[in-house]
Amino acid sequence: MNEVMMSASALTKRYGGLAAVSGVSVDLWHGAIHAVIGPNGAGKSTLTNLLSGDVSPTSGRIMLGGQDVTGWSPDRISRQRLGRSYQKTNIFAPFTVWENVRLASQSREPHFTSWFSDTRKNQPGFKTINERAERAIELAGLEERRNAIAGAASHGEQRQLEIAMTLATEPTVLLLDEPLAGMGVAEAARMVELLLKLKQDHAMLLVEHDMDAVFALADHLTVMVNGQVIAGGLPTQVRADAKVRAAYLGEES
Amino acid sequence: MAAPMANLEVLPRSVRLTLLLGLIALAVFPYMSGPYYTEMVTRMMIMAIFAMSLDLLQGVTGLVSLGHAAFFGIAGYTLAFLTPAVEPVSLWWTLPLAVLSSALAALVIGFFVVRTKGIYFIMVTMAFAQMIYYLFFDNKVLGGSDGLYINFRPDASLFGWLPFDLENRVTLYYATLVLLVGCYLFLRSLLWSPFGRALAAIRVNEHRMCAAGFNTFGYKLTAFTLAGAMAGFAGYFYGMQTGYANPELMGFHLSAHSIMMVILGGMGNFAGAIVGAFAFEYLLHLFKELPVIGGIDFGKHWQLWMGFFIVAVVMFAPRGLLGLMDRLGRGRGPRGERHE
Repeated sequence: MNEVMMSASALTKRYGGLAAVSGVSVDLWHGAIHAVIGPNGAGKSTLTNLLSGDVSPTSGRIMLGGQDVTGWSPDRISRQRLGRSYQKTNIFAPFTVWENVRLASQSREPHFTSWFSDTRKNQPGFKTINERAERAIELAGLEERRNAIAGAASHGEQRQLEIAMTLATEPTVLLLDEPLAGMGVAEAARMVELLLKLKQDHAMLLVEHDMDAVFALADHLTVMVNGQVIAGGLPTQVRADAKVRAAYLGEES
Repeated sequence: MAAPMANLEVLPRSVRLTLLLGLIALAVFPYMSGPYYTEMVTRMMIMAIFAMSLDLLQGVTGLVSLGHAAFFGIAGYTLAFLTPAVEPVSLWWTLPLAVLSSALAALVIGFFVVRTKGIYFIMVTMAFAQMIYYLFFDNKVLGGSDGLYINFRPDASLFGWLPFDLENRVTLYYATLVLLVGCYLFLRSLLWSPFGRALAAIRVNEHRMCAAGFNTFGYKLTAFTLAGAMAGFAGYFYGMQTGYANPELMGFHLSAHSIMMVILGGMGNFAGAIVGAFAFEYLLHLFKELPVIGGIDFGKHWQLWMGFFIVAVVMFAPRGLLGLMDRLGRGRGPRGERHE
């Protein structure tokens, strides 16, 4: 039924003497959300960067869609159908919302030598690209804002745009780094709803500080402290874990 | 890091109208003026093609190359090597070969330099161009510091039929004009193509492009090669017009001038590069002709006046002359913000 889409085993990233991530293993299942929580500096973002290829591991192995992708460049990993969003909004600020998403969609087809077709016109050659971008914009709920300049959109809209750009590449695995960061209550609720919808046909890694959202969404939970996994398993098990309560959850409440 | 400014990519009506009037003026110019100015405007058009080729890197992709003249010079030298001392050589194979030489040099150099970013890119492009400069400067076989003469302009005849004679000043003028318009239309088309959009997005946020799955190295290398090839067209025409190829064609000064032309006109839309090249060359002419007043030779210090002028443009019209035109046309602030 469900299968492991991405799997990291014994990932370690050392910066000099400091191990930012140390011996971490995660499996991402199709149709499930794997949440990673932990205090600031726990190595959650480094783990995301290792999985997306932004940072290459000191040791360990990463499998994606049946391929060993350890040490691959971010663009190559992306083409292996991995999509990620960033903790700090990372978009093409001077371009319109539509152009941001269209570009992400265009990435699925190399265009080194298409010099004579106009992307502003709905030319038949762009049918697949535009349809894919269209679907991503609709899923993220940005239909009304397609002509807005991305840099001038509200924070919440920019977060939605991040998701839309990620979806426009049609990934099978999604890495979402704090998609709810800085969102209002209503916006956050909408985002949780969207993530639940996306869960159905993606394998997802979610790094998030909002515990309500995490417990509402996650099927698996990994708790990191100081680069190491201190607990993992079903959310209910983790919630009951004494070590976790002491190291992390206790501080939160 | 500050968010990159949006380029003036969609040309406002005032700019398009100016370009059209400019084209009409260029089309009738040889009939309105004498041989001296016809040659001067031919040179300006060649520089405009060169500046546009740099704008593809500098304005669109955000790669500021301080060695772009290398590819201009290589095509000029190729023509010089191929032209025998006593007779002309055919245009139809020397032009493609010269452009190909420039493109090949750009491909090889680009393979190394487009891996670097920002200030490092500026440094390594300059280093490679200086290497090529001194290769030609120091080797007698390659012409040495004096360069090489091109005694005859290329022959455009096809199977005994001569469609146009490039030895004729006015014919060369129109051939250059056709090339200028062709290059402009090509680059404008490229700007809105999937390839051009990818380049613009690399300028804005290369990291995001990688995350989206773009092989940005390939895009930048293609752009670098393409820009080198187009610089080759300009260099070939320059060699053809002046009748020589010397190391200055690939020198640091020409590279720096082309950057100034692009900034002066306004980056990222190619129209700015044309306007900038014309303005730069015209000012160069004006400043060099300045008289001696009170024992000071103002004309000799033209670089100083040019420096002041560029500083003034950057301060008061940061988006270049086209940006200024856009602003005056719409009542906008110096950075393009609306006053409403």
